[in-house]
Amino acid sequence: MRGQGVYPVPLPYGGIELSKPENYMRRLGKNIFQHYELYLLVLPAVVYFALFHYAPLYGIQIAFRNYYPGFSIANSEFIGWDNFARFFQSYQSKRVIWNTLRISGMSLVIGFPGPILLALMLNHVTNLRYKKVVQTVSYAPYFISAVAMAGMITLFFSTNGMFNNMRKLMGKETIQFMGKANLFPWIYVLANVWKNLGWNSIIYIAALASVDLDQYEAARIDGANKLHIIWHIEIPSIMPTMVVLLIMNCGRIMSVGHEQILLLQNSLNAPTSEIISTYVYKMGLLNNDYGYSTAIGLFNSIVNLVLLVSVNWISGKISANSLW
Amino acid sequence: MKANVSAIRETRADRMFRLVVYALLAVLLIAYVYPLYFVVIASISDPNAVYNGEVLFLPAQMTLEGYEEIFHYGELWIGYLNSIFYTVAGVFINISVTMMAAYALSRKEMMLRGVILKLFMFTMFFGGGLIPTYLLVKSLGLLDSRWVLLLNGAVSVYNLIITRTFLVSTLPEELHEAATMDGCRETRYLISVVLPLSGAIIGVNALYYGAGHWNSYFSAMIYLTNRSKFPLQLILREILNATTSSNVFEAAGSEAEKARQMRVAEVIKYCSIIVSSIPLLVAYPFVQKSFVKGVMIGSIKG
Repeated sequence: MRGQGVYPVPLPYGGIELSKPENYMRRLGKNIFQHYELYLLVLPAVVYFALFHYAPLYGIQIAFRNYYPGFSIANSEFIGWDNFARFFQSYQSKRVIWNTLRISGMSLVIGFPGPILLALMLNHVTNLRYKKVVQTVSYAPYFISAVAMAGMITLFFSTNGMFNNMRKLMGKETIQFMGKANLFPWIYVLANVWKNLGWNSIIYIAALASVDLDQYEAARIDGANKLHIIWHIEIPSIMPTMVVLLIMNCGRIMSVGHEQILLLQNSLNAPTSEIISTYVYKMGLLNNDYGYSTAIGLFNSIVNLVLLVSVNWISGKISANSLW
Repeated sequence: MKANVSAIRETRADRMFRLVVYALLAVLLIAYVYPLYFVVIASISDPNAVYNGEVLFLPAQMTLEGYEEIFHYGELWIGYLNSIFYTVAGVFINISVTMMAAYALSRKEMMLRGVILKLFMFTMFFGGGLIPTYLLVKSLGLLDSRWVLLLNGAVSVYNLIITRTFLVSTLPEELHEAATMDGCRETRYLISVVLPLSGAIIGVNALYYGAGHWNSYFSAMIYLTNRSKFPLQLILREILNATTSSNVFEAAGSEAEKARQMRVAEVIKYCSIIVSSIPLLVAYPFVQKSFVKGVMIGSIKG
């Protein structure tokens, strides 16, 4: 190691002398000088995050300004909370917030237990080939693109699509699925559950695979049946994973991605399909109402941050499982 | 599962349980296979048969009409080439930057590693949002540039963390010590020792980043205006939104012709979904191990 000769003995932590308390900045300077290669290696990533994730934070102030595209941000008129007030006074605010909560609430209730049940069932399949087939097939849809997914959903639910053809065979009338606002959350949520079920089960399958086989043996000798095994061995073993994932999901209750929903929206289902993120997109990039859109986006990110921090805090209190 | 190979005989209740599990999984299997299978058979069936609901389990009056139509649709293939470029170049940038950063952040000698990692992780929970990011891209002069699709999203914090976890848990400290003794510098060590041992994690990264590039449409939709730069997903979106094939393809003729085109358009949609998914379908069997591994590494709290 270079620079080692200065010290009588090789020191850990890159030659920082521990005996003499040194000023932090001096130590840091020495550290950077000595390990400049490491700092150079991390530099591209630092530049990327600074540019694409920290620099936009500067633009958040347009939420408080009367900003017009093309003008400078700093010179735009400061209007305080006007953009926020405009959002909360509009009839849209309640609707998009409620729609967001409904869709993510339904996703949580249906989508959270699904992967757990699938993993538990797969864990009791003794035929390895059957298990493998179910896994391979159920993981695959995770990689279908949002556009292809939207295409399949609209095709299957169209008036002459797969689902209506089945209804016709059963002698029922056709339904214009995609044009019914009350059906939209169900279609979206169930399609997403279908898409992600297999993928989301992987983490539980991995957790179940690490259960000590002796535990099963001991339980069986004590006369436990499969349900006992699930309840007393398997569920406790995946509990930490469940808690962490539940925390993360609760923290995301106000954030539903726009990519998939945007593709499925039409004017007929808009009463239930317009969510915060699609509304932010429309107000911002389609209506060029930049300040207003940024204000709604900022409100949403702050709510998300607060939710995540608080559910994490609560979970840390009650179960010692937390994200950080 | 091995636990079931015990000497204790299955009880009646357990047999019932197993039967129920197998049956439920069979239902699930059908729920997964049938929609995907339906896309395939609809794509090779006669447009009228699909329209009238005659296609249920087998293709009706097999024809490759839909595929012929999209084969002559130039923009789809330009989109295809663009997507291949974005995916290959993008993944190259992603992996280079991620590996370099993950390696540096895995070294204990680096004093700032904790601070840097925390600053990166903060971006997972809070960001500027859509418009501020858009304004930034605009001020960087990246609007309608291919670079925006390559640079925006160059590193994912999640991938960085799992890569770092992998490096910390698989590379023994002694290896670094030995290499350093022999006069190996960090960059050299990364290239000659770390990279050859990181095949698994590079595979995981390639899969996650690659699928991300191939499947994304939103960035391209808001940042690109020149159609010759559009990725496949944007073209696919247009095809899927078209109500008749003439919207995308030829000019409409008579009423009967219009009706025919409307039906052909339906079949074209099925065909284009398949054509756009081919790379993923081809890669899927090879990468399946990778993503299971990725999820497992991700589940280790680092």
